[in-house]
Parts: sequence; structure tokens; C-alpha cells
Amino acid sequence: MKATEYPGLGVTLYRSALPNGLSVYVVPKPGWRKCRAAFVTRYGAADRRFVLDGERSDTPAGVAHYLEHKMFDMPDGSVDGIFAGRGADSNAYTSHAVTSYHFVCTDMFEENLRTLLRFVSTPYFTPETVEKERGIIGQEIAQGEDDPDWTVYQDCLRLLFGGQHPLGDDVLGTAGSVAQITTETLYACHRAFYIPANMALCVAGDVDPEAVERIARETLPEEPAPLPARDYGPDPGLEPVKQRSQRTMDVAVPLFCAGIKLGPAVRGPDGLREQLTAELAVRCLWGRSAPAYLDLYENGLLNSSFSVSPDHAAGQSYITLSGESADPEAALAALIAAAEKPIDPAFFQRQKKAAYGGFVRLLDDFFDLTETLAEGCFAGFDLFDTPAALRSITCADVAAWAAEHLAAERFAACIIRPKEEQA
Amino acid sequence: MERTRRELMPGVFLTCLRTDKFKTAFLSLHLLAALDGQTASQNAALPGVLRRGTVSAPDMAALAARLDGLYGARIEPSVRKVGEIQCLGFAADFADDAWLPDGESLLEPITDLMGELLLAPNTRGGLLLPRYVDGERAKLEQDIRARLNDREEYAHSRLIELMCPGEAYAVDVLGTEETARSIGYVALTRHYKALLASSPIEIFYCGSAPADRVAAALAEALSTLPRGELAMDIGTDVRLNTVDEQPRVFSEQMDVSQGKLVLGYRLGDAMEEPDMAALRVMNALLGDSGAAAVNSKLFLNVRERQSLCYYVYSDLDPVKGVMTVASGIDPQNYDRTVASIGRQIRALQEGDFTDEDLATARTGLSADMLALTDSPAGLERFWLGQNLLGLDYGPEELAALAEDVTRQDVVKAAAGIGCDAVYFLSGGEDEDESD
Repeated sequence: MKATEYPGLGVTLYRSALPNGLSVYVVPKPGWRKCRAAFVTRYGAADRRFVLDGERSDTPAGVAHYLEHKMFDMPDGSVDGIFAGRGADSNAYTSHAVTSYHFVCTDMFEENLRTLLRFVSTPYFTPETVEKERGIIGQEIAQGEDDPDWTVYQDCLRLLFGGQHPLGDDVLGTAGSVAQITTETLYACHRAFYIPANMALCVAGDVDPEAVERIARETLPEEPAPLPARDYGPDPGLEPVKQRSQRTMDVAVPLFCAGIKLGPAVRGPDGLREQLTAELAVRCLWGRSAPAYLDLYENGLLNSSFSVSPDHAAGQSYITLSGESADPEAALAALIAAAEKPIDPAFFQRQKKAAYGGFVRLLDDFFDLTETLAEGCFAGFDLFDTPAALRSITCADVAAWAAEHLAAERFAACIIRPKEEQA
Repeated sequence: MERTRRELMPGVFLTCLRTDKFKTAFLSLHLLAALDGQTASQNAALPGVLRRGTVSAPDMAALAARLDGLYGARIEPSVRKVGEIQCLGFAADFADDAWLPDGESLLEPITDLMGELLLAPNTRGGLLLPRYVDGERAKLEQDIRARLNDREEYAHSRLIELMCPGEAYAVDVLGTEETARSIGYVALTRHYKALLASSPIEIFYCGSAPADRVAAALAEALSTLPRGELAMDIGTDVRLNTVDEQPRVFSEQMDVSQGKLVLGYRLGDAMEEPDMAALRVMNALLGDSGAAAVNSKLFLNVRERQSLCYYVYSDLDPVKGVMTVASGIDPQNYDRTVASIGRQIRALQEGDFTDEDLATARTGLSADMLALTDSPAGLERFWLGQNLLGLDYGPEELAALAEDVTRQDVVKAAAGIGCDAVYFLSGGEDEDESD
């Protein structure tokens, strides 16, 4: 494996690309008790349409997540018990962009790694088990519908992309779309996307990097398989599909979520710079130190549940801002107006310092570290170039970026109001 | 990791974990107060009010500028409940010195700022600023109302409230909307001053600095801390047995599509001289959300075999001796789920579990404890609990103790479990009332 040392950070990154196309990243953490391995496929809820071997597939919403649930089944039973028996905690999640399988353990790392690689690359579905899962997923969809934070976020993505791009679909799908999923759908999507060249294996912990690579070579197929071509449809443009939406739920305080499209996600090293520029802009305009946030907080129009994140999935970048406010209209107006305010250069320098501190924090967070390594792998950049890239970004860069991307009239916003307020 | 504990000033205790393992250092300071319905809201509001501004950094913008300049260090208000003790103060995390580009040092400036937040708030005429108090009071009221938004958490706190009337444990860590609404700046200032003088204080540091350096920085930062008569007798009353012979049943309606079921248990004689390792292994075997969760009785039987729910887990508060089981269900499965959960508890009491199940629970708990040593925030929670219980073994020792827990130990730990209350939150229409 190729080792790169980052002395200022006290970190060495080991990486390699196997002949089958798998990318492997290992960050050794001497003295740590736990290890985390994430085996991530670049296949998320938005990857509904694709072409493989000349054959076109158009799948129902929710397949990636359904598949995630069913991967834990093996011909000899569920792998949950195997991990649990070794005191390891295994889990998975599905986003619009990826499906990630991972475990955290304090013992028997190599055995756990073999199990992880084996179960994620072994599809085993029977009509009975797939049918049984439908009830569990139905419950999960119901749980999401009861969760105001989740609902408001999905509403916002629907405003930006609904009907135009698969980012507008709920990651879990709907009762109707999930009803259409069969064992054949699951097998076909597994065959298309769960191939080493479409995946990354990222490990952090007190482990031997060479052993990780060796186990990956021994456990996974040697030959590369063809990559599917993804089809997200025509470019969704920068205008939201719909500007506003509103609903009522049993919530105590109104919730809002505003969003704006940023256009196609940039790939490669420029992608890292672009992403960091967006993060700095978001910090300067809406972060915990930003004048707009502090002003709204001090006037009681925002509380600490406010969060803002630049995100990218399925070839698109976008920003969402969400929170609770007694007067969501006023909070939204002020937040959107802030996008066009100038940025003070001294304030900008402090935000850069804070962003550096945030990167140091990431190095101790095994979840974020391994998942962000995979994200960088799929976007074609090196996560550890972050400090250098941060240094090179100027206040003028961020101001120019904001002027180009954050036109007030392109924001969409949705609100959830308490039920009684309507009466 | 080298642990030291010392008393810096009367009633001010510092627990220090020195280690080079982390890139981020952690420092927290908590005042300890008896959990009480009369003062819970005041205590909950106080850290937020103090975090609004100090003498030298008078508002949030000035504080934010200070913290951003310290590489985005964070100092956040912290309020939590450990048994029947309310802990209030601040928690900070900041880049450890070795990883700063210009050879700077953050421990002293962070400690100073924390001391200032605690002891030198922005005041006028000796009183906390009305504007800050009003703002934080409104937020607290909002936070209390917003508990409704998290149905799972809300159902849990309603169960505790209904199950433990007359016990301090029933008091929510934020208090009620009424007590929050009555907070005023004059009374809060008085309460703040009394609290500073009388509260024991627990400070926790984890990072690369030697304990002496941390103690010196704190001695400087807290030099003006008043110390009066200290409330050293605060603690938690443990109720061993259920209130009535049969569990009390409560149900409420809300606009939810998935019903939230929570059962509350007392642990009986096992809490006389609690064997913490056995209690925790018993809870892991039943359904704790840790590493052994997917092999637990609740998960395997209630969720996997019977498909009765989307989630089910148990949670143990070893300080109070209360255990809860929570599950998200379709309302029509209410009776079957309650019965099935009861069967899993009986199975523990009757020793009806395999040696493999027991081994998995032991290994799971031990893995959870070892993994805790990689998380400064997790270590802080652990040690705050240990310090309040007067226990001085660490997570690694608890992991070793877990490995020695036998079948008899588990049966003994489970023997006195009694269901004290059942709470069900469901949608209004097609409910299935069982009582």
C-alpha cells in the first residue's frame, strides 16, 4: 500500500487500488481500542435508472434502502449474530448517494473484516424474507412520517427536485413503490452496483494496513466487472420546482427548511476546493458565529437546533437550512437576505481557523473520518488535501462564490406548523 | 491513560485523564444540585444565560469571535440529569496543542473563558441582564414544548413522570412550561449566586496536558469562586419495589402513525447492594442498544421472530434502579407486544437463555466499555456517573468484571424486576384500548 504522511496532523494515510477496481484506505490510530471499517457502495436512493450491458433498468423508489436491509441475510442465517458474538457492532445506512455497511469492534478485527466483505458481496434473497421485510420497512416509513425533522427535510428536497430528478424522492420510497420491489429487483441492483470498482473500503483503528489490503484481495472477486451507466435524467437546472410548501403536524414549534440548488457537483481536486469554498461561505453567512444567526438567536427567532449543510448527491450540489422558529417566515426572510450580505475579511480569517479546527476534530471521529474518505474517493479528491486547500481560499473567492450561487430568488422553503395554529 | 482525581478547592473536584491519543481535548465543568421541580427550570436556563456574554466578551458575537480565534473551540451549555441530581455547566472541546499550525496552546485560554462564563457574566447593577434572561427563558419554554417533536423521547419522559409521582426522579431535567415561564432575572440572579456558593462542582479533563497544568489553569480561572456551606448530601433515593401490585397503565393520543410503547420497571432487591456488572449484562441480554443488541431477547423475539415492531430496546438507569423497555408498534399489536416483552423478562428471571446468549451479552458489554475509552465525551459521562455514585473503577475494569458475570448473577440481578407502569402513545382513530 502507498503510505502518505501528514506530519502537521500526525496522521499517515495508506491507500491502494486493487486490480478489481476497489479503493482501499486505512488510517492507523495507534493506542485506540476500537476499529471501524466501512464498506461503501456508490449506490444510493437516487440511482434508480441505469444501463448495464446495454440493458436499461428503471427501478421503484426505495430499492437501495430495501437492499441494505436484506443484505444482512446469508444462506446460513443473519450475520448480525456473528458480529454480536464477537462484541462487534454492525450497521448500515442508505442516503441518496451511497449505501454504507460498517462495523465497530474492539476485538477480532480481521475476522470481522472478512465477514463484512463477504456478506456485502453475497446477495441472498428469498421471496419469504423479502416479503417479511416489507412490513418492517412500512413501519420505518411510518416512523419517518411521524418525524417532523425528517419530513421537513424531505419536503424541501421535493421543492427543489420533485418529479424532475430522483433527489426529490424519499430515500425509503413510499408504501406504493416499496410494494413493487421483488427479489429480482434486488438481485439486479446488487449485480449492477455492488462491484469492487464501484466501492470503497475505509478503515480507521489500530490495525495493520497491509492486512486490510490482503484480506480484501482474498475475499473479493479478482476480476473487474463493468460499471453501470447512471441516468439521472436531464439537468434539473437551478430553479426550484416549486418555491413554497406548507403542512401541519403535531409539533410544538413551527419548523422550516430552506434549500437552494448549486448546480452540477464538481469532481476531482477542484471538487474539494469547491466544497470547502461552499463550506466557508455557509460558515460565514449562516454559521454559529455569523451575524445573521446571532441576530436571529438574540431576537428569539432561532434556537440551537438550527443547522445548515452543503450537500451533494447524484451529480448535484445543494444547500439546506433547517430549524425551529416561532416566526418561520421572518427567520426565512432574514436567512435568505443574509446570502447577499458582504463578508468581513477579519471575520473570514477566523472562520478559516475554525474550519481548520473542525478538520482536526474529524480525525478523532471514526464515523465521519471513514465515511468522508469514501466520499472523497467517489468524488475523486484526497480528503487530507483539506488543510492546504483551506489555506488557498481567500475572502474574495468566497464572496465571488456566494454572489454566483446564492441568488435570493432561487431559494425554496417549506414550513411545518403546529395543528392548533391553523384552527 | 493516566487518571488522577483531586479536590482543587472545597467541594471542587477535578478528574483528569492524561493521554496523547486524541487530537481534540475535552474539558467540562458541572455544578451539582438536587433535582427539584421548584428549581429545575432555573437550573436548566442558567448555563444558557451565562453563555450569552461575559464581562470581557459581552455578547454572543464577541464570544464567537474569541472561540473562532481558538481554532473553532466550542464551549456549550450542558444540563443533564444523573439519577436525582441535576448537573449544569459547560462542556468544551478544542484542538490539542500538538496539532495547531503555529505552536499555540489552547488549554489556558479555554479554561479562562470557562471560568469567566461561570463567574463573570455580563451584568448590570449586579443582576443578570433581563434581555438575556428573557431570551433564554423563551428558548427553554420552546425546548420544553418541542419535546413533543421527538415522539420516542417524549413517550419515555411521560412514562417516567407518570410512574414516579412524588419522587424527584419524575422531574424533567428542563422542568415544566409553568416553572420555565416564571423565571425572572432578579430571582435567577439570586439563585445563581446561591448555587455558586453551595454546589459541589465536578470538573473533567481529557487530553495531553499533565494534571498539574490543568489544575493550575483551573485554580487561576476559578480563583474568585465563592465557597459557602456546601450541599454535599445530595443524592438519589432508590425505590426498590413497584408502587402497586399490578402495573399502572396509561395511554395518551397524539397524531402519530406508529404507536410508542414504553414499559417501566423497578429492579427490586438487586438495588440493595447493586452489582453493576451483573445488572448491565442482564440489560445487554434483554435488549440494551449496545454491541449485543441484535442478539438480545427483545430484538430477536419481539422484532425478528414475531415482527411486532420496528424498534425495541431496553435502557437501564443503574443510579436510580429503573429500567425501561421502548418499542415502536402498530397499535393493533399492543397486547401481543406487552405480553411478549413480559415473557422476555420472565425468561431472564428463570434463567431461560443459552450460554451463547450470555457470552454474547458479556462480550457486547465489554466491547462497549472498551470502545468508550476512545471517546472523551463518553468517558466524561462515565466518570461523572461513577463519581456521583462514589465508585472508582474505570470502563476497562468494568469490562473485565463483565467477563466474570455468571448465569446465577444474571438470574439474581433479574429476580426482583417488577413492571411498575405501562405507557402507550398512539394515534387517535383506530386505537386498541386494552385496559
